Amino acid sequence: MTRTRSVNATPDFSDKPLRIGPFTLTSRLIIGSGKYQSFEQMQQCVQLSGTHCVTVAVRRERLHDSQGRNILDHLNLDQLILLPNTAGCFDADTAVRCARMGREILLGLENPGAGWVKLEVLGDQRTLLPDPLETLRATETLVKEGFCVLCYTSDDPIAARRLKEAGASCVMPAGSPIGSGQGILNPNNIRIILEFLKEGDPDYPMIVDAGVGTASDVVIAMELGVDGVLLNSAIAKAEKPELMATAMKTAVLAGRTAFLSGRMQKSLYASASSPEIGVITSSIPPKQVASRYPFEKAEKTT
Amino acid sequence: MLRYYCSLSPNLHANVSETTIEITVNGVVRQVGAGTTLASLVGQLNLVPQQVAIEVNRRLVPRSEHPRCRLRCGDELEIVSLAGGG
Repeated sequence: MTRTRSVNATPDFSDKPLRIGPFTLTSRLIIGSGKYQSFEQMQQCVQLSGTHCVTVAVRRERLHDSQGRNILDHLNLDQLILLPNTAGCFDADTAVRCARMGREILLGLENPGAGWVKLEVLGDQRTLLPDPLETLRATETLVKEGFCVLCYTSDDPIAARRLKEAGASCVMPAGSPIGSGQGILNPNNIRIILEFLKEGDPDYPMIVDAGVGTASDVVIAMELGVDGVLLNSAIAKAEKPELMATAMKTAVLAGRTAFLSGRMQKSLYASASSPEIGVITSSIPPKQVASRYPFEKAEKTT
Repeated sequence: MLRYYCSLSPNLHANVSETTIEITVNGVVRQVGAGTTLASLVGQLNLVPQQVAIEVNRRLVPRSEHPRCRLRCGDELEIVSLAGGG
């Protein structure tokens, strides 16, 4: 009979929760509530994703064709923090009005999300790319009015730095255009933004917002060191949204844990995982490589 | 805040009593009784007050002020609620 020795001490895998301004979130995934086939499907995906925060749009009340269906009947307000957004606004003034109205509704609902807003000020209908100047203007106004501002922006490091300087509580660069599902197109820019925003302020939160298409995109974002991911279409437009919601929950955890683990260094050549000595004799002599690739430093064997 | 002086023409609104005024709600013109407050309009439209936010002439009117806010002719209202979105 063989015996496996059990490991007594369990290593500490605990992670700091995601903090954005006065808010503490139990999940690093923020989910959008649009594009689902039904409110029921949205509700199920929110639950399966394990999110603590759902972003919602502010829209004109449909006074004539309302069928009495209300998104609020499908969001557990006791457990979720709603994040009102200014999606669809193309200038700072409209975005600020939209933010104020979102806050007013959330105050009525007595949801803690009344204190913050996902600011989105767009500059172009086709690409839905943000207008950097209007976004900055709106940020300044909303910060003055006491909002905790989560800023959707492009992956431009300078714009990101300006938004932080203007008082944004969280900067949220897009991985690729909204709803495009192209993933993180420029990981180098995300890295630079992380360096800019976290220099001397390591707990400053940064979230990748928009562009995620599938679970691997989330993992890549999290492995880069961002604090969270905000996504909508990747779940809502999957063939089986409920299944993708589950995948996203796992992906955020996998990516975050991998980031905390500190990945191994990449190497051009292989490094055997099994002992290289003590291999039984072969009848064919091993082929020797004459020299290593000149630029590759010889790996240290310890 | 922008306010309009109300001048109702009886000829244009023959079937409407003289005690109504014209306002715009979410881009659509409506007749409401003169002296209607925002709170009573919310009731007439069967809205849940806690679930909507209302601007009158692009200025947010907090819920607590709805009972006191009397609508005037030409007022432009935006009534919004939450919708699915990302």
